Amino acid sequence: MTPRPGLVLEVDRSTPPTLFWHGERFVLERLPEGSRVLYPPEPLTAAEDPVGTIRHALLHPVGDAQPLPALLRAGMRLTICFDDVSLPLPPMEAPDVRQLVIEQVLDMAAQAAVDDVVLVAALALHRRMTEAELRHALGDRIYDAFAPHGLLTQHDAEDPDNMVHLGTTDKGEDVEINKRAATSDLLVYVNINLVAMDGGHKSVATGLASYRSLRHHHNPRTMVHSRSFMDAPASELHSSNWRMGRLIAESGVQIFQIETTLNTDTFPHQFGFLQRREWEWRLKDRAGYLGVSAALDRTPSRVARQIFHSIRAPHRLRTVHAGEVEAVHALTTADIWRQQGLEVEGQTDVLTMGLPYICPYNVNSIMNPILVACLGLGYFFNLYRGKPLVRQGGVAIMHHPTPWEFHPGHHPSYIDFFEEVLSETTDPVEIAKTFEESYATDPWYVHLYRTGHAYHGVHPFYMWYWCAHALDHLGRVIVVGGDPAAVRRMGFSPASSLDDALEMASDVVGGSPTITHLHTPPLLMADVR
Amino acid sequence: MTVPLTSVRRVASNLRFPLAKPTWPIGVPRPAPERRVGLDYDHEWSRRYPVRLARAVVLDNLTLPIARAVAPTTVRGAEHLRHVPSPVIFAANHASHLDTPLLLTTLPTRFRHRTVVAAAADYFFDRSWKAVLWSFSLAAIPIDRSRVNRRSADVAAELLEEGWSLLIYPEGGRSPDGWAQPFRGGAAYLSRRTGIPVVPVHVQGTRHVLPKSAGAGRRLRRSPVSVLFGAPLTPDEGEDARRFAARIEAAVAVLADEVATDWWTARRRGMSGITPSLRGPDAAAWRRSWALDRPPEPGRATWPRL
Repeated sequence: MTPRPGLVLEVDRSTPPTLFWHGERFVLERLPEGSRVLYPPEPLTAAEDPVGTIRHALLHPVGDAQPLPALLRAGMRLTICFDDVSLPLPPMEAPDVRQLVIEQVLDMAAQAAVDDVVLVAALALHRRMTEAELRHALGDRIYDAFAPHGLLTQHDAEDPDNMVHLGTTDKGEDVEINKRAATSDLLVYVNINLVAMDGGHKSVATGLASYRSLRHHHNPRTMVHSRSFMDAPASELHSSNWRMGRLIAESGVQIFQIETTLNTDTFPHQFGFLQRREWEWRLKDRAGYLGVSAALDRTPSRVARQIFHSIRAPHRLRTVHAGEVEAVHALTTADIWRQQGLEVEGQTDVLTMGLPYICPYNVNSIMNPILVACLGLGYFFNLYRGKPLVRQGGVAIMHHPTPWEFHPGHHPSYIDFFEEVLSETTDPVEIAKTFEESYATDPWYVHLYRTGHAYHGVHPFYMWYWCAHALDHLGRVIVVGGDPAAVRRMGFSPASSLDDALEMASDVVGGSPTITHLHTPPLLMADVR
Repeated sequence: MTVPLTSVRRVASNLRFPLAKPTWPIGVPRPAPERRVGLDYDHEWSRRYPVRLARAVVLDNLTLPIARAVAPTTVRGAEHLRHVPSPVIFAANHASHLDTPLLLTTLPTRFRHRTVVAAAADYFFDRSWKAVLWSFSLAAIPIDRSRVNRRSADVAAELLEEGWSLLIYPEGGRSPDGWAQPFRGGAAYLSRRTGIPVVPVHVQGTRHVLPKSAGAGRRLRRSPVSVLFGAPLTPDEGEDARRFAARIEAAVAVLADEVATDWWTARRRGMSGITPSLRGPDAAAWRRSWALDRPPEPGRATWPRL
């Protein structure tokens, strides 16, 4: 059956309750009549022959680029960089698309007798991937061929010997990236583009950069002026990355960009009800919902978290484009909008969203309160083009348990940020001015980032900056079902039920507000007219 | 303690989503119900081993005795099948719903449990329960009988290539008046495409047991039946499906003549090209009916009355 486009449903008296994510749980909420529910388009058809599609892209590049085999020669230095554990979400069923692409690139490199090949996980300031995560992303064949020889590396933004400063942009932005990548004869970057913000010049300019470079666009000013991150022409984050990317190209770094898009088949069939419109739930879906909910209600959060993080998404490769960065990214972005785009007429007073157990920064980890805020206000709020879904001064209602809980190994600086910084102020500008530098240069955090599996000391600041546009735009943020202390620490209002939250929202937006619910999964991007 | 039915109904009617079925938003148009029936029906399950085993048990222990009870059957020509490699395409005339269970139960064992039946998608697969019933009990597969359908043909050809024999009625449906209808090219086409031989089969007498005009069970009348298998046919060099279909029809006509006369007479008439047509005389309707074989005289009352 042809996948259906997205749907803007107006809730009426016959509309069944609407499914909300609530961390590692789900709830059915009855929205007031007249509310709108935004249902994403159904997953588009996947590529029938993924390997053939990849090979075709490598042999028929777009933009001013030669086919990959023509760029490979004996004696050259080849660096293959790839997106880290933050993509895709949830992690996809094996084989991961990175494995499929890199295997083809390596086949061509082997044919051209290229000996000097290094693989680099483009982490930026994210945590290092574990062996299991690398094996899942790349497959055993690649891992066993490269890792034992030290040729499978993870970008270390704090290694002064392996960073190179390429110059400054006309706006004074430092461009400092991974030395091995910058000094190679050819840099092949393998992307997974889950949302429109991913890929393009951001791949190298952010993924292989240092704090010195990232601070120029990962700051409150840039974030407030990115409206939204998903809409390139209106995104200051995008503009900054493009300036840096062009400088990298002008510095002589030859990049062969490979961008892939997946369909939005996000959860396995046992969770089929998550992606089905409620009035179309069959007996199997209702039984699935009841069974899973009943089981989760009796499962400790820790176990439930482990169960959810073990889910592998049945994502399938849709499209691959390769070649010159900007030409490739233009095609990829169009593909993503085709999959996720939904036209929405007008803004709303109140935006509701159910937040899941996962965001890009807690794969196999804990969704701490800062990440809850980042997912809701940084990501979901920004899933728009044109105008935000919610009007200026409106209210965002997020459904999530928001536990006061942190992963000490993955998010050490988050703990201090939450205790020390947010207890002082929640204003991103003030936070950046007062606290950022000390966290970014703290030797203990640097040590944990370089040797353990910790996010960089400055990372919680970036998560908070991601919320800057929403915090600037919204009149109030309400969290339903969250830990009241954790919610209040972030300057938000806790509510025990959606009805209470709507009542509280009416203090800000008036008595009979318009309400819009963002129904996920899968992801959608609202084209707000 | 007994629970009144009305209480159960009251509780059931008070159930809410998701315990009860969801209501449909007024603003969302209802799509046509998704029909996974007809040609779209996925019948692959019916050829998995446990299902085949269950079908074999039912066919040998239930269908066969019932078929023999209502239609004492004389089977001839089975020697033609002795040395034919499996699979084959069985092409038979068709007068009654009884033809299929009867034919399946008369096939030699090596064919019986490895044969699928081409059944009209619009009749046998138009409801989910019917699709399940016929797929299970007869290993039926849906075929578009109204036109040449590439998908139907592809499915049948794949099954033949996988080693499944096929029982097909080239007339495309049961005879409306007792005389055969023109043979269509489906069996011939599949034989040409796969190189698998066609075994002509003639079934005589089933229309007296369960005629087309009768609803199942309403006019089931015990009557003897004969099944006659012919020698396998393969398409000649350069012979197209239409001409091969005509040859299959002629072979079935010779078998019909053999039932009416004897082997030698039918053989000689066949060689001389004077075999009576399966389609009956080109005459008024009553004369066509008149020319049909007479129904057997009611025999001694049997018990149970069938």
